[in-house]
Amino acid sequence: MVHTCVHWFRKGLRLHDNPALMAALRDCQELYPVFILDPHLHNDTCVGINRWRFLVGALRDLDCSLRKLNSRLFVVRGKPEEVFPELFDKWKVTKLTYEYDTEPYSLSRDQTVTTLAKEHRVEVLYKISHTLYDIDRMIEENNGKAPLTYNRMRAIVKTLGPPKKPIPAPTMEDMKDVKTPCSENHEQKYEMPTLGELGHDTAALGEEQFPGGEQESLRRLDEHMKRTGWVCGFEKPQTSPNSLSPSTTVLSPYVTFGCLSARTFWWRLAEVYQGKKHSDPPVSLHGQLLWREFFYTASVGIPNFNKMEGNPVCTQVDWDTNPEYLAAWREARTGFPFIDAIMTQLRQEGWIHHLARHAVACFLTRGDLWISWEEGQKVFEELLLDGDWALNAGNWQWLSASAFFHQFFRVYSPVAFGKKTDKNGDYIKKYLPLLKKLPAEYIYEPWKAPRSVQQAAGCIVGKDYPHPIAQHEVISKKNIQRMKLAYAKKSTDAAEPPASLILSLFPL
Amino acid sequence: MKRIKGGEEDGNGSSSESSPEACKKVRTQTSEESEEEEEEEEASETPESDWVRLPQELLLHVFQYLPLLDRAYASQVCRRWNQAFHMPELWRYFEFELNQPASSYLKATHPDLIKQIITRHSNHLQYVSFKVDSSTESAEAACNILSQLVNCSLKTLGLISTARPSFMEVPKSHFISALTVVFVNSKSLSSLKIDDTPVDDPSLKVLVANNRDTLKLLKMSSCPHVSPAGILCVADQCYGLRELALNYHLLSDELLLALSSEKHVHLEHLRIDVVSENPGQHFHTIKKTSWDAMVRHSPKFNLVMYFFLYEDEFGPFFNEEVPVTHLYFGRSVSKEVLGRVGLHCPRLVELVVCANGLRPLDEELIRIAKRCTQLSAIGLGECEVSCSAFVEFVKLCGRRLSQLSIMEEVLIPDHKYSLDEIHWEVSKHLGRVWFPDMMPTW
Repeated sequence: MVHTCVHWFRKGLRLHDNPALMAALRDCQELYPVFILDPHLHNDTCVGINRWRFLVGALRDLDCSLRKLNSRLFVVRGKPEEVFPELFDKWKVTKLTYEYDTEPYSLSRDQTVTTLAKEHRVEVLYKISHTLYDIDRMIEENNGKAPLTYNRMRAIVKTLGPPKKPIPAPTMEDMKDVKTPCSENHEQKYEMPTLGELGHDTAALGEEQFPGGEQESLRRLDEHMKRTGWVCGFEKPQTSPNSLSPSTTVLSPYVTFGCLSARTFWWRLAEVYQGKKHSDPPVSLHGQLLWREFFYTASVGIPNFNKMEGNPVCTQVDWDTNPEYLAAWREARTGFPFIDAIMTQLRQEGWIHHLARHAVACFLTRGDLWISWEEGQKVFEELLLDGDWALNAGNWQWLSASAFFHQFFRVYSPVAFGKKTDKNGDYIKKYLPLLKKLPAEYIYEPWKAPRSVQQAAGCIVGKDYPHPIAQHEVISKKNIQRMKLAYAKKSTDAAEPPASLILSLFPL
Repeated sequence: MKRIKGGEEDGNGSSSESSPEACKKVRTQTSEESEEEEEEEEASETPESDWVRLPQELLLHVFQYLPLLDRAYASQVCRRWNQAFHMPELWRYFEFELNQPASSYLKATHPDLIKQIITRHSNHLQYVSFKVDSSTESAEAACNILSQLVNCSLKTLGLISTARPSFMEVPKSHFISALTVVFVNSKSLSSLKIDDTPVDDPSLKVLVANNRDTLKLLKMSSCPHVSPAGILCVADQCYGLRELALNYHLLSDELLLALSSEKHVHLEHLRIDVVSENPGQHFHTIKKTSWDAMVRHSPKFNLVMYFFLYEDEFGPFFNEEVPVTHLYFGRSVSKEVLGRVGLHCPRLVELVVCANGLRPLDEELIRIAKRCTQLSAIGLGECEVSCSAFVEFVKLCGRRLSQLSIMEEVLIPDHKYSLDEIHWEVSKHLGRVWFPDMMPTW
């Protein structure tokens, strides 16, 4: 039987290593590559302008690559459960393919669409290629539970063996019997999204640091893999959060959107490592991909993973509701230049180094402001190019010592931490130019500068730049006590010994 | 189903099961039996069940396993169960949770339940705590309740501010008079937790006058209105005091000697918070002889010290032997001070260093391993140690190290060991699998 197939792009915005797409091409007469602009996912609350621009770029790139294969991308607007029945009928679809996605919304949406497909006698086929491994299999290997430590996951990965090898992109040969019916007004009916479509203020856009798309991702991959010495010696904690240009690969947004296949990345690294001495997980580049796998597995195995309430692994903490604090953090006006510079880079460019994420996440939650990690999660989801449901939830819980990590005495100082890798505060000067003229001695703590120094620098604390929102030393002391209370309560509820040391001796 | 006035809350802070289900089951069972029971509030055709004949003591026993909310539901079933619900034994422990809904994630104790407790059960209360959030209203509400506990003979009282010290915002006289009500009426207070409150010397005198024979535990860290003389009064007269927590400014040689006097029981825990409010603050010293007296009198006591000082304020500390067992450095502490710790803290059991400068702590850690022979737990946050020194440290401590919480970025690989090798070496010496604590790659 020959098929009329819809391949549904959601993540997986690429042609290389796309088994679902290849499955679509089998016995295929007509192919419709589709991307649905779903109002639930694509709105200006969930998606900041940098992310949007990246997605638009990725879709254009996909369309471009498809054209080379005599096909096109169809961008359809609407809710999938409303859009698909129409398309099934209009195009007389017999098969639907897509790359499996584990997010709760995706699972429920895909369930609904599958039911509708059955009603329209459309065969549905999905393939796993967004993660290195089949996540459900990983959980099965761990007796039905998600592993809660990275090392446990590494052990499971060892038994599973290396990830599947990536498959190549479809060639003209693969496409020789396949047609994509394209009408003359294709551009109007299925037009590429515009930058302003969701209502963002496009004037606020900065220069594009990380253009979206498969071509760009592969180009970056090649470039990075050439630096074999760097790749082999890579140890992420040793890279700098505040270097003036990224000190890590910044391939994460491409992996998040699926412009770059995680497996492709993995096997390219394996090639470079071959026969050479190299760093090991967790700090190596392979390790980075395993962290992603770890959080994906956790997100599948743990219910309510992106919330505190109803989440069995998450410590229930009495976070404060403080809109003022939250706004100051979100809008880069906490009065701590290191924090504000990071939040500025985040908003302007959509990417910050992972240690920078640690610093601001700790600051918002258990370190200083005592705001719930769920609020931080929302901001990161909106602004980070590589914002990913599973990783966002997992990392926020880790950094706030809510789950996976319990040594909450390790707090990142908003003053001292940045100084280690950037004594002069060049990073701060780049993103907060109004502090440019402050001497290095005071750039991390401008409130300590004498009035004369502030005047000379043209930056008066309290007038040109805010007072620090909290006294770090005072507030972090209280926060340790609050964390102890939360942990003590957890231990009485669960009859488990408290996880941390000295702090467990006197719970109250 | 009828609801109790104010029965829909979670006063004990525990989560409830689906009690409507439980009640339904009970109702079905009741109707399945055959005998009539006049005391039942159910329809008179309902046959009596064996449940009705369950003795009150057994009912009570079962109820004690139920969280408050479930008990409240159960109390709606019939008069006997309602009576059981109000038995004094079920009202000995209570934790009042006072939050402002606008600013708190957690549920508060329902005001109607609070009223009920004050009217029907205040004389049953023995172990009471108040958890308040950062709003002054919550702290004031706590004080109001305290003022009404006139018929109470409390054994334990805890005032816990979960966020900012909101008790400090309450007018001092209001707080003191509320607290005094409890002190005067209880007369057998054994445990008192009043950290972060405006308690003062006169109220401590009242505490002592009424409860000197029973007081065993007193926690009053961060109580700025108390003076060394005030706490000395407690130590001088409460010979049963076994646990004490206070700030360093209240600690004196006299206090330690009073706690070591012949009449005094052995002290079990002494927790001292050394907090600097402003950089450059000056701290007094305690004589070695005072510490020696303490150790002689209470050889097994735990001395827990939390330091929140700026690096240059450690001058008065660790110059002589001090019997500290649990040591926590909450801010940055210098290499030099850690060196002195190794020299002068032979009883050290746990050490946590949140942050240190950027110079490796190799020698200091090795000295601590050699001289603190009781050390069994250590946590290092923002520090640096070379891998070789760290392996040496673990080798010297051996299997007594039951807790080793080291962040991965603390360990600096050197010519002898890389990060991966070190995990093997350390595991070998510890006799169990060990990994450093990680932060994920985001």
